[in-house]
Amino acid sequence: MHKEVIIIGAGPAGLTAASQLLKIGVEVMLIDRNDLVGGQLTKQTHMFFGSEKQHASKRGIDILTMLDEKLKQYPNKLTVFTQTTVVGLYNDKVVTCIKDDRYFKLSADAIIIATGASEKSLPFENNDLPGVYAAGAVQTLMNVYGVKPGHKVLMVGSGNIGLIVSYQLMQAGVHVVGLVEAADHISGYLVHASKIKRLGVDLWMNTSVKKAIGVDSVEAVEIWQLDDQWQGIPGTEKQLEVDTICIAVGLAPLTELLQQIGAEVVYIRELGGNVPRVNKHYETSINNVFACGDVTGIEEASSAMIAGEITGIETALKLGYHVPNHTAKLTQLHCDLDTLRQGPHGSKIRQGIAKLGVQL
Amino acid sequence: MIEKTGVPTRTQILKEFPDLIVLKKPKAIIECYKDIPCNPCDTSCPFDAIHVPQDINQRPQINFDKCTGCGVCVYHCPGLAITVRQIKADKAILKIPYEFVPLPQKDAIVKVLDRSGKHLTDGLIKQVRINESQDKTAIITIEIEAKHIIEAMTIEVPYGS
Ligand SMILES: Cc1cc2nc3c(=O)[nH]c(=O)nc-3n(C[C@H](O)[C@H](O)[C@H](O)COP(=O)(O)OP(=O)(O)OC[C@H]3O[C@@H](n4cnc5c(N)ncnc54)[C@H](O)[C@@H]3O)c2cc1C
Ligand code: SF4
Ligand code: SF4
Repeated sequence: MHKEVIIIGAGPAGLTAASQLLKIGVEVMLIDRNDLVGGQLTKQTHMFFGSEKQHASKRGIDILTMLDEKLKQYPNKLTVFTQTTVVGLYNDKVVTCIKDDRYFKLSADAIIIATGASEKSLPFENNDLPGVYAAGAVQTLMNVYGVKPGHKVLMVGSGNIGLIVSYQLMQAGVHVVGLVEAADHISGYLVHASKIKRLGVDLWMNTSVKKAIGVDSVEAVEIWQLDDQWQGIPGTEKQLEVDTICIAVGLAPLTELLQQIGAEVVYIRELGGNVPRVNKHYETSINNVFACGDVTGIEEASSAMIAGEITGIETALKLGYHVPNHTAKLTQLHCDLDTLRQGPHGSKIRQGIAKLGVQL
Repeated sequence: MIEKTGVPTRTQILKEFPDLIVLKKPKAIIECYKDIPCNPCDTSCPFDAIHVPQDINQRPQINFDKCTGCGVCVYHCPGLAITVRQIKADKAILKIPYEFVPLPQKDAIVKVLDRSGKHLTDGLIKQVRINESQDKTAIITIEIEAKHIIEAMTIEVPYGS
C-alpha cells in the first residue's frame, strides 16, 4: 500500500501531525505498535500543566479523546494501523511492519518519525527480579488495565514521572513507602512533590538502590546514601520491606529506525541521548524524512503537540501543497514553543537545542 | 528546604498569606513556590483575581481584593497547590482539592495533616462537592480550630498502609 505520508508513532506528536496533514488534504497512514493510539497520553490520568492553549488542566486521556475526534473527521484520507510495529525503514521510503506475526510493506512520499522514547533502566543487584518495574509499565497496568502492581512500593527518581506515578499509585490504594533520588534536590515540579509529601511520603535525596532482596520476587530493598560522586557510602544501608520497586530515572529517545535509515544522529545529554539532527523544518538529514516529539528530545506532551503541528505543515509544504497563511501559522507555533521552554525547567531543553544548533 | 523535602519553610508559607484579618472573608492561598510553565489558575478564575505574568513560567500573583473565595481555581490547578481559607470566630474553614476514593462523608471527623503529612488535628467535614465541571477533583470543606489555619493542608487519604 502507498500513501502520501506515513507517520510512525501515534502519540501526541504523531496525532497532531496527522490532523494538520489531513486538514490540508494530504493522505496519511498512521502506525502504532500499541493496542490504542495516544502514546503516553493513554496512561496520563492526571491534570496537565502548561498553557490553556495546549489543554492544560485537562487530563491526558481526555486530550487524547479530543485529538482522536479531530482525526475521525477524515475517514477517507486516513488509515490507522494499531498493534503494528515498524521494524524496518528504507531509503526509498519503504516501511516494513509486523502485525499479528504477519510481515508486510508500506510506502510513502514522506515519512514522519514520532516514536517517542523508552525508559532508562538502573543497574543494581537483582534488578531483574519480578517486582522491579519501569514507571511506564506501572502506569499502563494501573491506568489502562486497572491492575495494581503490588502493595508496598519504593519509587526511584524524583522527576515528574516518579512524582506523578507515586501519586497515582496512592490513588490506586497502594502504599508508597518512600522515594529515593540520587541528586541532592527534587528534579520534577515542586508542586508534584508537595502533593505526595503532604500525604506522608518521604523523599530521600542523595540516595539510591543498592540491591533488591528476594527469592522469587521482590521482598525487600536495600537503599544507601550516595556521596557527591554518586557512589554508595558503605555503612549507610537501610532495608525497607517492599514488594515493588518502581524505576523512573528518565527516558531516552527511540531513534533505532532513524539510525537504520542512516539519518544523522547526535548525542546530546540534555535532550536525553541520541537524537536525530533535524533542521528547523523538522526534517532529518534524509530527504522527506521528518521527526518530531520526544524522539527529537525528551520534553512534554504540550511541546510534542506543537512540534507535531509544525511538522505536519512542513511536510505538506515539502510535498508541494498550498497551505494558506503558513508563514504566520509557523511563526506563531514556534513562538508558542519558545514560551513553553522559558523558565528554569526549560533550561535543559534550551541548552540541548542550542547544542543542536537550530531554531526548533 | 522545599527543594529537598517538598515542604516549604514557614517564611515561604507566610509570604503567601494576607494579614489574617483579611481571612474573615474566604481567600485563595496559592502555594506554587517555583517557576513552572503553567497558568490554569489565571485562566480559570471568574473574578480575574489571579494573574500569571506574560511569561507563563513566572509564579502566579493573587489580588486578595478581587478574590471571592469561590474555589474554582482550587480544582483547576494541576499542582493541587491552591486552598481557600477563612477564619470564622474560633474556627477555620478550609476548602481543599481531593482526588481519592471513597470521598469522605459530610459530618465525618477526619485527621487533618500539615504540609509534611503529620497529623495536626482533627477536623469536621462540612461539605463534599464534585460535579462535571470539576473533572474528578472534589472540593472538600473542613472545619478546624482557628489556630491551625496556617499549618493545615489536607486530610488523611484512604490508601493501604
Ligand atoms: C508519567 C508521565 C507524566 C507526564 N506528564 C505530562 C504533563 O503533565 N504535561 C505534559 O505536557 N507532558 C507530560 N508527560 C510527557 C508526555 O507524555 C510526552 O512528552 C509525550 O507523550 C511525547 O509525545 P510523543 O508523541 O513524542 O511520544 P509518545 O507519546 O511516547 O508516543 C510514541 C508512540 O510511538 C509508538 N512507537 C514507537 N516505536 C514504534 C515502532 N517501531 N512501531 C510502531 N509504533 C512505535 C509508541 O507505541 C507510542 O505510542 C508525561 C509523561 C509521563 C511518562
Ligand atoms: S477562589 Fe475564586 S475568586 Fe479566588 S482566586 Fe480562586 S477562582 Fe478566583
Ligand atoms: S495552576 Fe497551580 S500549578 Fe499551575 S501555575 Fe497556577 S498555582 Fe501553579
